[in-house]
Amino acid sequence: MNLTLKIWRQINAQAAGKFVTYEVKDVTKDMSFLEMLDKLNEDLLDRGEPPVAFEHDCREGICGSCGFLINGVAHGGHRGTTVCQLSMRFFKDGDALTLEPWRARAFPLIRDLVVNRSAFDRIIQAGGFVSAPTGSAPDANAILIPKEAADTSFDAAACIGCGACVAACPNAAAMLFTSAKLTHLNSLPQGQPQRDQRTVSMVASMNAELFGSCTNHGECEAVCPKEIPLEFIGRMNHDLIRAVTRRRREPLVVAAVVQETSREEAQ
Amino acid sequence: MLDARIPPGPIEQNWDKCRFDMKLVNPANRRKYNIIVVGSGLAGAAAAATLGQQGYRVQCFSYHDSPRRAHSIAAQGGINAAKNYRNDGDSIFRLFYDTVKGGDFRSRESNVHRLAQISLNIIDQCVAQGVPFAREYGGLLDTRSFGGVQVQRTFYARGQTGQQLLLGAYQALEEQIAAGSVTMHIRSELLDVVVADGRARGIVTRDLVTGKITSHAADVVVLATGGYSNVFYLSTNAKACNCTAIWRAHRRGALFANPCFTQIHPTCIPVSSEHQSKLTLMSESLRNDGRVWVPKQKGETRAPNDIPENERDYFLERRYPSFGNLVPRDVASRNAKEVCDDGRGVGPSGQGVYLDFADAIHRLGLQTVREKYGNLFDIYERITGEDAYTVPMRIYPAPHYTMGGLWVDYHLMSNIPGLFVAGEANFSDHGANRLGASALMQGLADGYFVIPATVPDYLATTKLEPVDTSHAAFAATKDDVSQRIEALLAIKGTRSPDSFHKELGRLMWDECGMARSEAGLRKALARIPELREEFWHNLRIVGGGEELNQSLENANRVSDFLEFAELMCIDALNRTESCGGHFRVESQTPEGEAKRDDENFSYSAAWEWKGLDQAPVLHKEPLNFEYVHLAQRSYK
Repeated sequence: MNLTLKIWRQINAQAAGKFVTYEVKDVTKDMSFLEMLDKLNEDLLDRGEPPVAFEHDCREGICGSCGFLINGVAHGGHRGTTVCQLSMRFFKDGDALTLEPWRARAFPLIRDLVVNRSAFDRIIQAGGFVSAPTGSAPDANAILIPKEAADTSFDAAACIGCGACVAACPNAAAMLFTSAKLTHLNSLPQGQPQRDQRTVSMVASMNAELFGSCTNHGECEAVCPKEIPLEFIGRMNHDLIRAVTRRRREPLVVAAVVQETSREEAQ
Repeated sequence: MLDARIPPGPIEQNWDKCRFDMKLVNPANRRKYNIIVVGSGLAGAAAAATLGQQGYRVQCFSYHDSPRRAHSIAAQGGINAAKNYRNDGDSIFRLFYDTVKGGDFRSRESNVHRLAQISLNIIDQCVAQGVPFAREYGGLLDTRSFGGVQVQRTFYARGQTGQQLLLGAYQALEEQIAAGSVTMHIRSELLDVVVADGRARGIVTRDLVTGKITSHAADVVVLATGGYSNVFYLSTNAKACNCTAIWRAHRRGALFANPCFTQIHPTCIPVSSEHQSKLTLMSESLRNDGRVWVPKQKGETRAPNDIPENERDYFLERRYPSFGNLVPRDVASRNAKEVCDDGRGVGPSGQGVYLDFADAIHRLGLQTVREKYGNLFDIYERITGEDAYTVPMRIYPAPHYTMGGLWVDYHLMSNIPGLFVAGEANFSDHGANRLGASALMQGLADGYFVIPATVPDYLATTKLEPVDTSHAAFAATKDDVSQRIEALLAIKGTRSPDSFHKELGRLMWDECGMARSEAGLRKALARIPELREEFWHNLRIVGGGEELNQSLENANRVSDFLEFAELMCIDALNRTESCGGHFRVESQTPEGEAKRDDENFSYSAAWEWKGLDQAPVLHKEPLNFEYVHLAQRSYK
């Protein structure tokens, strides 16, 4: 089949960007979407034009590197599927597709379809961990964890940090991402000692990174390739209220931001 | 030349003795030392985080946009540990024994024993970090069995164990980054190792966004940069996985050990077309419940479910009654290749065998099977469009892991003082074949426990002259790197980097893949230099060096594969025995099993670089088996 692709081209963050239209011929059904782009890039290289920059690595939906909008939908709109796993059998001859990078203030563009998602790492730095220095652990079976808690924790930990939730959200909120990490760690006994501090710090960091807030559109859940449920945002808000009401000490991480934010939260 | 520094005495006391004999660095002095860790997968992230916790100044490098992207994340099945929670006869010694035997007696006993000992601490550590391992209803950890062993010692987190373990290490790393003890350099690719006055003292990197080439000085360099399966182009490795770091270290003098020891994983989704860019693994854990078969008659055209039971050949169960579908990977892969070569392969290409869950669904119920393997069935459905709950999966072997790597001693230090190598990048623990669920174990053992113990000993016992990037060695290395980048950009030929990579990969798969012959290897050795020659005269890259240029990155990696492939074939040619994943067609038993030649090949082959047009020099590290009974492997 033959496709028409309208792709966002922008050489770097400073340059102006624009859509450029390309024809891709002889696409087969057993290709993945990225293999189709590989083909386009080989053609571009043959013609001496710069290939389209896009991020990808594992190509099996787990590393979280890939992602862009296809006709306005993050990862292309097949439930629980990253764009690297999206098969061309879902497309038909003559389809016209528009490819755009994630659009969010917190994800500055680097080139073409590549954006900078380091804000996610900084949210994790604010508290997305259990402090357990190597060597200090008790026997693995010393702490019993009810299967249900372990399963909930796993469902949340399945997040791959691709950023689709932010790209899909009309407010460019990172609440699904942040709540997934909070639910992962706050559901486990190991996560309890730092639960309040973690919640307040991560939420503060999320705000400081200029992500928006949730207004219950649910777009994030719909495009999430790991099907992280919206319910986790509710848990995060629950944990935030719990943390703010219980807190007796100042959180240790990103203290300045946290104080400001938690004052707002408390009001 | 090769001193493995194995501690004397009984093997079970080796590690304790080594730890006691090693010198320590006073907590107040640790911040004076600067350590470079390259790679942020299981081994790299764990080492960087732990060294940071100890108080060293650590710089960690990754070519990804975040340390969480490292390919460890894609490991599915699980991680071994000799906990014996099942009370089914497991022990440290048994894990050690299984691993040496599974590696077809080509690994160093002392290293493997240490790995088995540390396996216990790894599970404890990961649980403490909040890794959500699978649990029983009583709240205890669940385990399952894996290939090549008869106990249930594999801990898992659904089909995403690697992801969860990596996130654990990544979170510990991010905590240290926030604390200021680790400085993270993302989108920075190592392009060379700097050896100054005989010691590894730094690296040269390229910023993948700006193209800037930078030198970084340190007291110690740790490489945790993964394996080289992508020499085959099509493999289960992520697209960016490459051999550049270990190859450039090799060119600077680090010995490369057993490059021909590669693992072909038996359960991957078969190749579907010419455009295929990578292969997808289906976890080996599927062999716990799935049954592998092909039709008994050649040229079978019926759909799998229409083929009656008595016309199916469950070839693994037939040939290996005691291990059945759970034979080690090399054995399972070779048998699949054999039945396909015999004309009984299934699927459009004839390069596939069935992995059938009908019995498991009947025995356990759909719900249980879904819980155990749901995400794997989903992946399969997404790629093939087939529902494996109703139609058997089709699988075929694919390159997956490389046991070879830079030679290291018991301390995981290469022959270049100050250059340590961890995880898949080193050669030490898996011999000629790695058992399932052992890669995660080794990566974390090296990262959390071995490197953080041995690196301080090096620092405490070595008089390190102050060296910074003004040292002549840095300028010279940086020049080499810049010239190589410029040379790639200056070719302006007509072929893309990928087209060279694909051609090399096909050649390596055909001649140095699942079966290797003298004639085939000689053919490859004649062809590789020609291909390399063409590459350096006819490569096309569009764009410049001072921008995000993915085809330049790719070309640079391919240029190293084109050199490395030659060494891999030389090693395969030299080793005329068959062992583990290295199958020389000239050396097989009457039943077609790999036939070792212990008299002549009971050694690790460590190759020394002599230049591009010079033959590499072979150094042999003899392997002594004092604890494991040296025998022909049998899984019958």
